Amino acid sequence: MTDTRELQLIDPDLVGGTMEEPRLIGSECERCGTVTFPRQRSCPRCTSEEVHPRELATRGALWTWTIQCFAPKSPPYLEGGVAEFEPYGVGYIELPGEVRVEARLTESDPERLTIGMPMELTLIPVPGARDKLTFAFQPVEEGE
Amino acid sequence: MSTGDVAIVGLGIHQFGRHDGVSGLEMGAIAARRALASAGIAWQDVGFAAGGSDAAGNADTSVSMLGLTGVPFINVKNGCATGGTALTTAHAMLVAGAAEVALVVGFDKHPRGAFNPLPEEWGIGSWYGESGLMLTTQFFAMKIHRYMAEYGISASSLAKVASKAFANGARNENAWRRTPLSEDEILSSRMVNHPLTQYMFCSPGEGAVALVLARGSRIQELTRAPVYLRAVTFRTRRFGSFEVFAPSIPIESAPSATTEAAAAAFDEAGVGPGDIDVAQIQDTESGAEVMHLAETGLCEHGEQEELIQSGATEIDGRLPINTDGGCLACGEPIGASGLRQVYEIALQLRGQAADHQVPKECRVGFTQVYGAPGVSACTVLTV
Repeated sequence: MTDTRELQLIDPDLVGGTMEEPRLIGSECERCGTVTFPRQRSCPRCTSEEVHPRELATRGALWTWTIQCFAPKSPPYLEGGVAEFEPYGVGYIELPGEVRVEARLTESDPERLTIGMPMELTLIPVPGARDKLTFAFQPVEEGE
Repeated sequence: MSTGDVAIVGLGIHQFGRHDGVSGLEMGAIAARRALASAGIAWQDVGFAAGGSDAAGNADTSVSMLGLTGVPFINVKNGCATGGTALTTAHAMLVAGAAEVALVVGFDKHPRGAFNPLPEEWGIGSWYGESGLMLTTQFFAMKIHRYMAEYGISASSLAKVASKAFANGARNENAWRRTPLSEDEILSSRMVNHPLTQYMFCSPGEGAVALVLARGSRIQELTRAPVYLRAVTFRTRRFGSFEVFAPSIPIESAPSATTEAAAAAFDEAGVGPGDIDVAQIQDTESGAEVMHLAETGLCEHGEQEELIQSGATEIDGRLPINTDGGCLACGEPIGASGLRQVYEIALQLRGQAADHQVPKECRVGFTQVYGAPGVSACTVLTV
């Protein structure tokens, strides 16, 4: 796994890979195969402590979504994020055979989001903290 | 009635809404005094007490207002299940024979715009809040959005749930929001989280409820109108259920905490969902009422669209739901809401709900609360 400290990620335990090709880091249970995100030290399904880190798929389908139309409170949102607030999309993306991951969406127009549409992992600046990146999912352009 | 029976013999409420200058603890003490008065007993007669709030202090400090009688008093702080947990505790103590008469109290006082939970208190990294994901409204919106797509629920039905709540609230003197709103007014109000608009959400509020419980022969001594607590259950989530504050959810799905708590309540009470004459279910927002209707077993998944559009869940319908206006019209003082539901069912079963009384005969009632991070408490009540 590539060193990710240079990416100034919001939490280096969440994302590995490279700046160009990031990967979410989850965990996989060695006993029952359950995949979780973020990584855990034990399995929420079978309670086993035999789990190891696993890079998750970068593409999946939008399972559900909403648009966040009001600025979240600070804390836990950053003050700068409140100041520069614009409505943003949030959804769960189903990574096939793995897990459904909750994430910011790069798309915030409700007319351009549909349940089931293909999405892919990307990185976006943390609102209000320009030196930090967090993970998000963007619609997959047709033909890709 | 067997000696194992536990019944509600006294009811007290402090109006929900905004009450400047009155603390949450004071509201709790006022509700407690009203419950004691309605049971015709004094605070000295109470052998056990349990209660709590989420953000308005320790319930047991109310003894300084009610009187220092030495009564064992357990504080409960269990999120939205605070009232249900206090009720569970008092019920168990009575059944165990630790007391014959118990008091349960729930209260809260949240300022406008309250509720900004911190991820660290819910076992999640700070990244979750900084990324803008730590919002209960997002969860409710995403859960109902998926549900609407799977089961054919319309935005019109979401609005009808809210308009019913405000119509019922207008008839309830203890409700906060007492102005009826039309389906159109609700649909055209400010979008908060697609598909939920401003008037489809409840607001953090203030209020208090207290109940006096008794067991065995004390029941008939204290009231001619006992409301029997046939079941009180609560559950936490299982692997695979879709809950609030979840950075991920498994693809393998499981029933919600509500489904399990409701099934256990019906099993314990020996009645089925079809026996329920009136119910109060958690309506943090319109979508929650829709989904909880099926999660509790009161209808099939997808059946809500027809039930709501036909008016079956209105006060004069076949299955009246949230007859006091629910959280939408009463607001959400977390520690009080679960007991408010039980209070309302007790009124309905006694025929004392005045302007919001269900016209048909009600003999069996049901309540359900839900809260973060996946807890649910249910009761079955009978006369």
